[in-house]
Amino acid sequence: MTTTELIGQDPGWLILVKGLFIFVFCVVSTLMAVWGERRIVARMQMRLGPNRVGKFGLLQSLADGVKLALKEDLIPAAADKIVFVVAPIISATTCFMAFAVIPFTGKVNLFGHKTALQLTDLPVSVLYILAIASIGVYGIVLAGWSSGSTYPLLGGLRSSAQVISYEVAMGLSLVAVFIYSGSMSTSEIVAAQHQWWFSVILFPSFAIYVISMVGETNRAPFDLAEAEGELVGGFHTEYSSLKFALFFLAEYVNIVAVSALATTLFMGGYHALPGLTFTESWLGGWFTLFWFVGKIVAFFFLFVWLRGTLPRLRYDQFMKFGWKVLIPTSLIWILVLATLRVMSQRAVSRMVLLGFSIGVVLLVVLVTTLYDRNSAKAKAAAHLPEMPQPSFPVPALPGQSLPNQNIVSQFELVPELENQNG
Amino acid sequence: MLQSAFHFGLTIGRTGTPEAVQFWILAPLAVMAALGILLVKKAVHSALLMAWVMVTLAIFYIAEDALFLGIVQIVVYTGAVMMLFLFILMLVGVDSSESFVENLKGQRIPSIIAALGLGGLIASLVGRAAVVSPAAGLAAANAGGNVQGLAKLLFTQYVWAFEVVSALLITAALGAMVLAHSQKVRSPFAQRDLSVARFRKASLADAAGLPTSGVFARHNAVDVPALLPDGSPAPTSVSQTLRARGDIISSSGFELKSIEEQED
Repeated sequence: MTTTELIGQDPGWLILVKGLFIFVFCVVSTLMAVWGERRIVARMQMRLGPNRVGKFGLLQSLADGVKLALKEDLIPAAADKIVFVVAPIISATTCFMAFAVIPFTGKVNLFGHKTALQLTDLPVSVLYILAIASIGVYGIVLAGWSSGSTYPLLGGLRSSAQVISYEVAMGLSLVAVFIYSGSMSTSEIVAAQHQWWFSVILFPSFAIYVISMVGETNRAPFDLAEAEGELVGGFHTEYSSLKFALFFLAEYVNIVAVSALATTLFMGGYHALPGLTFTESWLGGWFTLFWFVGKIVAFFFLFVWLRGTLPRLRYDQFMKFGWKVLIPTSLIWILVLATLRVMSQRAVSRMVLLGFSIGVVLLVVLVTTLYDRNSAKAKAAAHLPEMPQPSFPVPALPGQSLPNQNIVSQFELVPELENQNG
Repeated sequence: MLQSAFHFGLTIGRTGTPEAVQFWILAPLAVMAALGILLVKKAVHSALLMAWVMVTLAIFYIAEDALFLGIVQIVVYTGAVMMLFLFILMLVGVDSSESFVENLKGQRIPSIIAALGLGGLIASLVGRAAVVSPAAGLAAANAGGNVQGLAKLLFTQYVWAFEVVSALLITAALGAMVLAHSQKVRSPFAQRDLSVARFRKASLADAAGLPTSGVFARHNAVDVPALLPDGSPAPTSVSQTLRARGDIISSSGFELKSIEEQED
């Protein structure tokens, strides 16, 4: 019996229980994620992070949430009132909806019913998630527009441009998964990975997905929509109190959602790590929840690690990267992959397959080498011309010598200093 | 449970109860939103109502078992096309309302004719499906799976039309890019050019940027010139605009007195 049929037999109350589980899972993981992010980033910056409220500061985000809810709720005079209120609601409701099709566990026994911890499954589940994500962005864009001030508007504009460009790359990276699993249903994609994870056999798609998922969720280094250094708070500058809390919630639930999708599509879903499959028979299906959450936590750590490491991209570089690198790369990769797939379905001999793969690799190496050589030439051609010697003690440019030759180098100064000390 | 609800309303010509409930809730909302598109004043509100109409249409498609079509409707129209619309509208301005100036002269009559033609085409198609050759029904269409059935039709029977339409769309996109493209994409005063220009000047005094305004620890307003080491004010530390307007406060009052004077 497939998972889809198994879920189809759920009685109504069980569907409600599962819905409740998803809601609780999302809210608790947001609380934990905020705390975890602050602690991990603090460790990366040689600080301690929140450690006052509760053991290890575990209740810090709860305290912050209560504080946030008790703040004054402001609506700016210049704001478009209805849209201003609707925007955070759109953000916060859509982010939960993606979880409806995520398979949390394999077959489990829930209150005496044999089922799987997945609310529903559609033949087009993954497309459904993309659709929900694209509606969720309306929250950010509308928040930016309706605030009636400049910085939020810029944040909203950036966000909409960002989503239009990165959703294309994301969609293209998923095509390879659809080709290999022969389905767009999440449970069938997980089932198709019982032997090899798609992150291994479809590594380029996986890499593109991971990059564009960071872009989708507006997280550093792609957090141009809120960009504290440039736009105050970006789209949510004018928001306070619970409305701001909704955006906050949406951001973290979205991170968990894209991580869950990455786990489902590329990391074998709820299945155990390779070589540890015996754990699934220990506690029955419930142990698979452990693996699923573990993989999400790993992805979340990656998000925090990126934030702690990389500076924010400049807007034009970000767009160039999306349109000129990610999208063409994934298009070429899909072409190659589809060709390989058809070849193997037609039972072409292994030598031909190998020859084709080697040919593609050589072609890519050739093209990138030529490109590198060309750009190196262009750089050499743009070398700064000879200039008059500066009359002002600036550091020497390449190809210049300093006019004043009796400047003492640092090394020569050292003995003098030693003499003084002696 | 959900699937049986879908199948309940699938017999041609009849509508099951859940579908009827869904229809009578959503259809009035969709029609009101569609009317709102024409009636509201702000362009962004129109775009939002349009997005809402598209989402309700998608829900109708899904309820009619055209799952793929419904989801793709949201991804493509609500997610991409309307988002582009919003992008343009927001660039135009926050409070811009519709202008009634006709940019293309004499486009009314051809567009009315084209609209009538399109209406006739749609009416004849719907009429043919309803009267002349009755539809096979969704159960038959979805026999081998909704996505698979659609894919089979698109890539066998209608592959030519499909490719022609995609070529048309790509041509339109390229055309738009060619029309909108101008040679001078980059501003002549980009950060790098300004920096190079500063170093090419005769004097390198301000190559590293102009001094900032304000007197250290006494006054930090932008209209107070900074003081040079000799105590004289540095006029370049105040923005050109303020200098031109004469909106400069004298900084002489903020000088630190010499130590002897302070002790007095």
